[in-house]
Amino acid sequence: MFGLANPDRFLRFTRPLMPAVWGLAVMLLAAATWLAFAAPEDYQQGDTVRIMFVHVPAASVGLAAYAALGVSSFFALVFRHPLADAAARAAALPGAAFTALALITGSLWGKPMWGAWWAWGDARLMSVLILFLFYLGYMALRASIDDETRAARAAAVLGLVGLVNLPIVKFSVDWWNTLHQPASLLRADGPAMPPVYLTPLLTMMAAWGLFFLAVWLTAIRTEIVRRRVVSIRARRALEA
Amino acid sequence: MLDLDMSPYAGFVWPAWGVSAVVLGALAARAGMAARRWSAELKRLEAEE
Repeated sequence: MFGLANPDRFLRFTRPLMPAVWGLAVMLLAAATWLAFAAPEDYQQGDTVRIMFVHVPAASVGLAAYAALGVSSFFALVFRHPLADAAARAAALPGAAFTALALITGSLWGKPMWGAWWAWGDARLMSVLILFLFYLGYMALRASIDDETRAARAAAVLGLVGLVNLPIVKFSVDWWNTLHQPASLLRADGPAMPPVYLTPLLTMMAAWGLFFLAVWLTAIRTEIVRRRVVSIRARRALEA
Repeated sequence: MLDLDMSPYAGFVWPAWGVSAVVLGALAARAGMAARRWSAELKRLEAEE
């Protein structure tokens, strides 16, 4: 496992996996979409329940992607490992995109169900917005420093700080009174929804998780290749 | 059987799915294009050496 920390080995190991990961992600997305529109409308939410099949996976993957970014940042900062830094960088853009999707789709569900697009005092909404801002800050910080080593270190510190926000997002609905409903999947007494909705939701979450993995692995591989290009260009500039 | 009649919430359900499809498609396209671009550049540089 630790051998994969070597960029060459990582490239060799992941190359044959990539078509399978992409293919499985697309097939699962198609199957989950079918299940989402085959489910009956909810007696309270009506057809807006189908927004949950994209909102919940987007939010879950947005959180998971930040966990990946934060843990990779830790290894990049402590062990100064280039692959860990590449992994952190590669998680930022898809993570930000998924978090933005969670905010947008949540807003599209909130208007018909709550009567409001947004609630500034809601702890869950605000903590997810802060998560999105951490992603933007991470990418902006990396882009603002020309020296890639310094940029990586500064961004890793920010990435680590942002980890504090993850339990706040998760438990915000328990710690504060919010408009957002409490957890309905990860509960001590099991999921609080019938199988007719649980099956498409879990399938969609698996599909989006696999899709993120495909995008992330592709981006890490690209980042390794990009660094080789930068390294060759720098060597040639020195030789010239 | 699929239920595609989202009324009276079609104005909320379809945009949510539409924006999701666009973002997922854009992420996949960007990842693929960047991979091809940098691989081609590396091959070009290595061929020159």
